[in-house]
Amino acid sequence: MSSTPFALAAAPSRRRDALQFYGAWLAVIAVMLILPRAFSSGGALTTFSLMGISVIFALSYNILLGQTGMLSFGHAVYYGLGGFLAVHAMNAIGAAKWPVPLPVVPLIGGLAGLVFALILGWVSTRRSGTAFAMISLGVAELVASSALILRSFFGGEAGVTANRTKLFKLFGLSFGPQIQIYYLVAAWTLIALIAMYALTRTPFGRMCNAVRDNPERVQFVGYDPHIVRYIAFAFAGLFAGIAGALSAINFEIANSAYLGTQQSGVALFAAYIGGIGVFIGPVIGAILVTYLSLVLSDLSSVWQLYFGLIFIAVVAFAPGGIAGLLLRHRPLLRAGQMWPVLRAYVVAAPPTAVMLAGLVLGIEIVVRHTVGTSDDPVMHLFGYSLDTGSPLSWAIAALLTLVGFTLARLTWKHVARAFDDAMTVARAKGYLA
Amino acid sequence: MPGLVPGIHALIDNKQDVDGRDKPGHDGDQSKLRTGPILDRRIAADLRQWQGARVLELIFTSTLNGVLFGMLLFLMASGLTVIFSMLGVLNFAHASFYMLGAFFGYQVSRWIGFWPALVIAPLAARVLGAGVERYGLRNVHRNGHVAELLFTFGLAFVIEETVQMIWGKAPVDYRVPQLLDFPAFSVFSTNYPAYKVFMLAVAVAIFAALLIGIKRTRIGMIVQAALTHPHMVGHLGHNVGRIFMLVFGLGTALAAVAGVIAGPALVTQSNMAALLGPILFVVVVVGGLGSLPGAFIASLLIGLLQTFAVAINVSLASLFGPLAAGHGPSLLTDVWNVSVAQIAPVLPYLLLVLILIFRPMGLLGTRET
Amino acid sequence: MTPSAPPAIALDDVRKSFGRLEIIRGLNLSVAAGERHAIIGPNGAGKSTTFNLISGYMAPTSGEVRLDGQVISGLPPFQINRRGLSRSFQVTNVFAHMSVWENVRCALLWTTGHRYAFWKNVDRLPDVRERTAMILEDIGLAARAEVPAGLLTYAEQRALEIGITTAGGAKVILLDEPTAGMSHAETERAVALIRRLTEGRTLLIVEHDMSVVFGLADRISVLVYGQIIASGTPDQIRNDARVQEAYLGVEAA
Repeated sequence: MSSTPFALAAAPSRRRDALQFYGAWLAVIAVMLILPRAFSSGGALTTFSLMGISVIFALSYNILLGQTGMLSFGHAVYYGLGGFLAVHAMNAIGAAKWPVPLPVVPLIGGLAGLVFALILGWVSTRRSGTAFAMISLGVAELVASSALILRSFFGGEAGVTANRTKLFKLFGLSFGPQIQIYYLVAAWTLIALIAMYALTRTPFGRMCNAVRDNPERVQFVGYDPHIVRYIAFAFAGLFAGIAGALSAINFEIANSAYLGTQQSGVALFAAYIGGIGVFIGPVIGAILVTYLSLVLSDLSSVWQLYFGLIFIAVVAFAPGGIAGLLLRHRPLLRAGQMWPVLRAYVVAAPPTAVMLAGLVLGIEIVVRHTVGTSDDPVMHLFGYSLDTGSPLSWAIAALLTLVGFTLARLTWKHVARAFDDAMTVARAKGYLA
Repeated sequence: MPGLVPGIHALIDNKQDVDGRDKPGHDGDQSKLRTGPILDRRIAADLRQWQGARVLELIFTSTLNGVLFGMLLFLMASGLTVIFSMLGVLNFAHASFYMLGAFFGYQVSRWIGFWPALVIAPLAARVLGAGVERYGLRNVHRNGHVAELLFTFGLAFVIEETVQMIWGKAPVDYRVPQLLDFPAFSVFSTNYPAYKVFMLAVAVAIFAALLIGIKRTRIGMIVQAALTHPHMVGHLGHNVGRIFMLVFGLGTALAAVAGVIAGPALVTQSNMAALLGPILFVVVVVGGLGSLPGAFIASLLIGLLQTFAVAINVSLASLFGPLAAGHGPSLLTDVWNVSVAQIAPVLPYLLLVLILIFRPMGLLGTRET
Repeated sequence: MTPSAPPAIALDDVRKSFGRLEIIRGLNLSVAAGERHAIIGPNGAGKSTTFNLISGYMAPTSGEVRLDGQVISGLPPFQINRRGLSRSFQVTNVFAHMSVWENVRCALLWTTGHRYAFWKNVDRLPDVRERTAMILEDIGLAARAEVPAGLLTYAEQRALEIGITTAGGAKVILLDEPTAGMSHAETERAVALIRRLTEGRTLLIVEHDMSVVFGLADRISVLVYGQIIASGTPDQIRNDARVQEAYLGVEAA
């Protein structure tokens, strides 16, 4: 997250930076345009749409966690309210035949998110740290419980449905086919990406980082951290509302799950796994988490358990997330010190894979062995059959895990050493980050 | 808190058979409480029978149940508060250890009976908790408080999924031990189950033991010092790691005890941690982060608040009559027709918001974070 | 300066208790505008607490703090800062994950009037860019502009701390032990820096290094057990019997 002080940067490198900068954005647009041509099935288009929505949601979450240092457990409140308002707006526009086309609806959702963030945020942003986290959870529960009482608006358990094709048609677009929804989501994702990136480059955005790093000191350079947090909260609500509205458009329904803790957890997981310290991190995380949840849920009935374990592993071993992990190698790459580290990785990979295989095998054996699952007790793996009832398969799982763990520990110590050595060299050469 | 309260209130609709174990009764309540007209009608019918003395009876049993619920909350909130003061981490997975206590208790009581389970389950949770501190939290510590909180958040998620994997999503059949399966006394015409008296006795006994422990033992002194001077914890010396492990283990064991004894009376199900967790955080924030007396007062307050709310079937409509016939379903009719019992799950969070507006530090809190 | 001009900082019978313990016990202090004023005193005398009370980090239990004649006690720190008082911290207190450049820039965004602006590109503010570059030049960290503040050496962090404190252009500067833990050469450089950066401003400084205090200060106040026992020019303080007894006598012996 280093900025380039223009006064100090030499002119040629400034031009190169600008080229890289605009090149990256053009690449994003190009990918958005190519994707539906490369993968044109309905399922793929839905997946891409979900990824776009998830990207906006995760980035909006990172305005709080990554940019301003506010750990929220209730961000889905603004996503959900955006979704509900969007559904009601669609119904109202359709019924009254107002000349409002569908692409404007996410804005309504965004405004809903913004307004509710302004209302609910004032009290909760007064405090930071653990207290803020708990309060965000409490407010989320308050809204979620209230949603079940206010049935006429939230539609109870069933939710509220809408028909997105019944709105005013601009340029004859009906928004029935998924491809049109894809382009709608893509356009809004691009807008939100640009807007949220631009936000980080403003005086306000910089002060968010200052509040994250040291809320106490911020007070002594003239800023009220409460106001900084409050504005950040409002922006996060705005973009979460846009994401929720897009989701409501995509599914043509909003229900209480939109507001729930689980949905808040999705934003947290995506942002954190991707990396909260870098702008691009939550984008990576959102795409990965959306993809994984679709793939894993097909493969295993306990895919959410794997998700939790991945999350814990990231928190424990890679607190910078995927993006942070990649960025750590940048000085090594610049200093030409990647080889020894890569070699150590190659050595560490097999035992780690063995350990993970043992763990997965163990979990899957337990799943098939316990109550509540009517699965076939015999697992079929790579052409081999494994009876999960037999002690042999339990022993295999345990053995793989233990042997893998023992070896992996040694090899990872080696990796850490190799990394430190390479980093020392890189530092000495003046490559700090 | 639908997981716990309806269980306690099973006696409202089961006046004849006061066995708190009547699963259909409270399982049903759980969904009805949040959604429903069926419960509404049933309680309404019940309440119409209850006149005069029954109001007294309601007050009596609700107070008893409220105190019971409050004491259970405090068993958990105390551990959470002490862990927070010493380690600086609000353990998101604390309610998960309560759930593990209930499931361990269920499993062990199926193998060798309830009484051994009462000892074994908390011990198992304690070992697990100490392990989490030693091999998990301590490693995450260098990545800062957010990472620690997120670690416990992930842990709560994994524990819930694991419990689901092993015991399934449906409630398990965790029964009140035979020895205690009788009505202890009756108030007016309602029998009060002996098991609840036992729960209350255990909770009070542990509360007393905690008080004595904190005043008289070395570790208690350290905990006290940590509560009043959290920044001094780092200067405890070389055995600070051992003390952290011990405190974390004890805290989780307390939560597990609550789980073991609450399990048979309530619904032992894989979502019980997710239902209770947020309430627990409300308790510690309302009481004031890091204040043990605050947690005690807030526990009782929320226990009583919820228990009474669930027992009161008054809505604006029942007070002022129904709205004019012209009104279709709207937000107004929603608010007009909802009964106090139905908004019981919202009340703790309303209390939280009110406290934050008028007393941001909590009832007895002194600290910002 | 006309005689009627109020002092830059005035403390009037200020008291601060923590529980039953009274740390500041009726403190009276007056610092004239443009003066370099040092507070000295033994450990635990309440020097840092005094700073905390003036800068709004804590509110006094009783008494009044005035900045240019206006009461500021009880105001939150950011409002006191906006009125033209800026302080540094004894323990380095920078924005660790942000670059040196950004640290300094954050410190002058408020006074340059950009405040909470979320519609301006922060890199395209010429006034901010120039002032940041100038301050980095001043504190000798221009070459380290892109380094995260957390990775600076100790002396560099102390210099950055002074840079952040003075960047906003506050007319009253409070420095809390700016040379603590520095080598002799580093201290000399720091003193020169402080002298340069506080030119034409009011400086209140807490310092243990007596050579720094007597070389830098126009006036010195001696704080013992939460009270000012003497206040005067360096010469007066050097020759004050009470000071020698209570403080200098112990240290100088």
